[in-house]
Amino acid sequence: MVKLQTRLCQLSSGAILAACAAFFAPGLRAQTVPGASFPPLASAGLAGGTLPDTAGKVVLVDFWASWCAPCKASFPAYSRLQSEYADRGLAIVAVSVDDTPAAYSAFVAKLKPSFVTVHDAGHALVAEVQVPTMPTSYLMDRAGKVRYMHAGFHGDQTLRELRREIEVLLAERAPAP
Amino acid sequence: MRTSVVKLFVLAVLAFAALLAGGCSSASAVRVRPWQRAALADETMNPDRDPLGTAMIDHVYFSREAASGGRGVGGSGCGCN
Repeated sequence: MVKLQTRLCQLSSGAILAACAAFFAPGLRAQTVPGASFPPLASAGLAGGTLPDTAGKVVLVDFWASWCAPCKASFPAYSRLQSEYADRGLAIVAVSVDDTPAAYSAFVAKLKPSFVTVHDAGHALVAEVQVPTMPTSYLMDRAGKVRYMHAGFHGDQTLRELRREIEVLLAERAPAP
Repeated sequence: MRTSVVKLFVLAVLAFAALLAGGCSSASAVRVRPWQRAALADETMNPDRDPLGTAMIDHVYFSREAASGGRGVGGSGCGCN
């Protein structure tokens, strides 16, 4: 009888602890911050566009959505950055977190960005990165490490900061292969 | 052996109690993530989307309460920037 009680105690304790772990685990996922490595884009299951070759380049990854007004304001700014810095080694990848491919396609067709856009339909990448707000952009150096992060888009102020940071990163040498 | 099992059981019950106590405020339970706010950002979620309706509601409120205002929050629920 005592043995059965002990076994029941063990089983119920295990079940309760497992339930607690399952409940809290999603909230404990860490945000991607400067200094961390960015998840590989190639294996993120992104659709709706072709990823550029980012090896040895400075990469700006922007998370946006068609329902987000500051995201709309950011697109012309990123197009300017693309035209100014693409030749020197900047690659811009704008990742949509729209719920439907139709919303993604309509937004891209309307704004016609000059940089690469892709669709994170399953929200796998954005959930891994844990963006703090919409939009959020991450600037990676030539080694693929996140060096700067911009939560939100604040017009000319963000554009000025991005220009300064891109200049810094472009001036750095690519790591030896 | 028995003591350790009882300790484990007490620990599990405490953890479960913490889960219940923090359930309403837990980020994983109730927080809508920034990338999940498409429905909240919809125009229909904007309480000020109909100026005439808003004016009429304000008028009724003023007539009943002899007070007005307190409707300073604009926009919908995108939470962007």
